[in-house]
Amino acid sequence: MSVELDRIGLAFVAVLAAAALVVPGLALATRPESAFHIPPYLVQLLGKYLCYAILAVALDLVWGYCGILSLGHGAFFALGGYAMGMYLMRQIGARGVYANPILPDFMVFLNWKALPVAWWGFNWFPYAMLMVVLVPGLLALAFGWFAFRSRVTGVYLSIITQAMTFAFYKEFFRNDFGFGGNNGLTDFKDLVGFSLQSAATKAALFSASAIALILAYLAARAIVGSKYGKALMAVRDAESRMRFLGYRVENYKLFAFVVSAVLAGVAGALYVPQVGIINPSEFAPANSIEAAIWVAVGGRGTLVGAAIGAIAVNFAKTYFTGALPEYWLYGLGGLFVLVTLFLPKGLLGLALRERETKPVVDTPAIAIEEGADR
Amino acid sequence: MSEAENPILTSSLLYLDGISVSFDGYKALRGLSLVLEPGEMRAIIGPNGAGKTTMMDVITGKTRPDEGDALFDGRYDLTKLDEAEIATLGIGRKFQKPTVFENHSVEDNLLLAAKAPRSVFAGLLGREDLKVRETIDRILVTTRLKEHRARLAGSLSHGQKQWLEIGMLLAQDPKLLLVDEPVAGMTDAETEATAELLRAIACDHSVVVVEHDMGFVRELGVKVTVMHEGAVLAEGALDQVSADPRVVEVYLGR
Repeated sequence: MSVELDRIGLAFVAVLAAAALVVPGLALATRPESAFHIPPYLVQLLGKYLCYAILAVALDLVWGYCGILSLGHGAFFALGGYAMGMYLMRQIGARGVYANPILPDFMVFLNWKALPVAWWGFNWFPYAMLMVVLVPGLLALAFGWFAFRSRVTGVYLSIITQAMTFAFYKEFFRNDFGFGGNNGLTDFKDLVGFSLQSAATKAALFSASAIALILAYLAARAIVGSKYGKALMAVRDAESRMRFLGYRVENYKLFAFVVSAVLAGVAGALYVPQVGIINPSEFAPANSIEAAIWVAVGGRGTLVGAAIGAIAVNFAKTYFTGALPEYWLYGLGGLFVLVTLFLPKGLLGLALRERETKPVVDTPAIAIEEGADR
Repeated sequence: MSEAENPILTSSLLYLDGISVSFDGYKALRGLSLVLEPGEMRAIIGPNGAGKTTMMDVITGKTRPDEGDALFDGRYDLTKLDEAEIATLGIGRKFQKPTVFENHSVEDNLLLAAKAPRSVFAGLLGREDLKVRETIDRILVTTRLKEHRARLAGSLSHGQKQWLEIGMLLAQDPKLLLVDEPVAGMTDAETEATAELLRAIACDHSVVVVEHDMGFVRELGVKVTVMHEGAVLAEGALDQVSADPRVVEVYLGR
C-alpha cells in the first residue's frame, strides 16, 4: 500500500502548496464582484479546516500507527490555542475597554492588581510560540510517562484521556484560574503588528496553516517511514511480542504521543487567531471524540486520509449546521457507525481498495495488551 | 540492571531453583527446579496445566515468581528484570501461537527482531546496517522464506509463520531460545523440517523446546524433562523417562 500512499501523499502536498499560493492570490488580487474572488470569511473558514486537519494528522500518528486511541487530543489543541490567545491578549495593551496597558480586560474586571506569573513573558512572541509547543508537549510527556509505564492500554487509556480533557474543561471554566473563565480570551486586535481584521492577515494565516499542515504531514511521514515507525506499528499489532524482542515499548509510545501533542498544540495556536476566540469549550470531551471521527472517516493509519477526513467532515458540518441544524449530530453519529461497519480503512481506504489486490490485514482499532499465548 | 547482576554463582546458563507461582490461589508452579548448561538443547513435555508456559513466563520476566531463584548466565537475577531487559540479556522466546507482525513484510519482521540498538533515537536516525542485511538474507534462506521476503507476514501459511518466528529468534541471536510448541498444527513434512531447523539452531545456541508431540521430541533426540503439576516429575533420555511408571501414569491417566 505504501507506494500508492506515497503518490497520494505527494499529490496532497502539491495541492496544499498550491492552495497556500492561490487562495491568498484570489482573496487579495481579485475584486469582490469577480467570480474568482474568495471572501475573507471563506479564507478564514478554510484556514480553520486546515488547523483541524493538522490535529487529525497528529491524532492519526498515535491512533493509526500506535493503536493509542486518545480521546483527549482536544486538550493539547486547546492548550496551544490558549498560549497563542495569551499572546494576543497581551498585544491588545491599552486598547482594551479598561485601557490598562498591562492587564487584560477580564483581570481588571475581576479587580486583579498584578499580572499572574503564568502570564509573564507572553507579550514576547517567541516566548509564546515556545509555550505553544512546550505546554502540550510536557503535559503529554507527564501523562504518557505514567500511563504507558503502568501499561494502561485500550479503552482504559481512552477513558483516562477523556478524563484529562474534562478536568481541563472544568478548571478553565473557573474565573480565578486566571485564563478568562467561561468567556475565554477574545477581542484580539493584532498578531506581530498585523491587524487580524485585515484580509491580508487572514490570507497569510491561511497560508501559514497550509504550510504547517504540509510540515506536520512530512514530519509524521518521516517518523512512520523510519525503523522507529515500523517498530511503532509492531507495538500496535503485538505489544508484548515487542517487549520479548527487547524493545522498551513505553518509550516508543511516549515519543509518538509527545510529538502528536506538540503538533496538536501548533494546530490550536494557528486556529485561535483565525476564529478570534479561545474558551473552555475547546476542552469539551466531545471535541476530542469528534477528532477521532474525522480520522476514522478519512482512513486511520494513512495520515493523508486523516487530513481529508477532518476537512470533509467539517465541510459537511458547516453545511448541515446551516441547512439542517437539528440533524447534524445524528448525521455525524450515523457517519461514524457506517464508516466503522463498512469502511474500516475510511474514505482513503475505499479509494485505494479499488486498485489494490493485495490482501489487507485488519489492524485492531485500539491496541490491547494481548495475553501473548494464553 | 546492576542490582540484578551478581558475581558468577553457577556455570549453568539457566538455573531455576524452587520456583513457585500462584494465580488467585491456583498453584501453577510448585517448587520447580531446572538447570540448563551452555549449548544444551532440552525438550520439556508434560500434560496440559503442568506449568510449562508459566515457566517460560517466569524466565522471560512476564510473571514474577512468589518464591525461588532464577539465574541466567550464572549472574543475572531474572526475577528482578523486566521483559525488555531480559530480552536484551539474550533470552528469546517463540510463542505457542505464531506471533509475527502481520502487517509487516517478512523482511521487516526480521529487521525488527535483528540484533541492533533498540532505542527510539536509533530507530529514528539509524542508518541501514549492512551486517543486519546480511543476517536477514542468511535467515531468509535458512527458514525457506527467501521468495516471500516482500510478502505481508499475515498472508503466510501457518507453517511459514512458525518458521518466520523461529527466524526472528535467530535474527535476535539470543544465548537461550525458548520455543513453545513449534510444531502445533503442522503437517508431518513441516514437522520434520522444523526438527531439522531446530537441530541446526542448537549447534550454536542453547534451546528449550516445550512440546506435546512425542514423535517430534524423539526426532530431536535430546534430554527430556517431564513436568507435572508445576514441578519436575522425571528427567533423562526419552526412552528412559517414558519407561518411568509415574510418567506413564500422568500421561495415560490413572
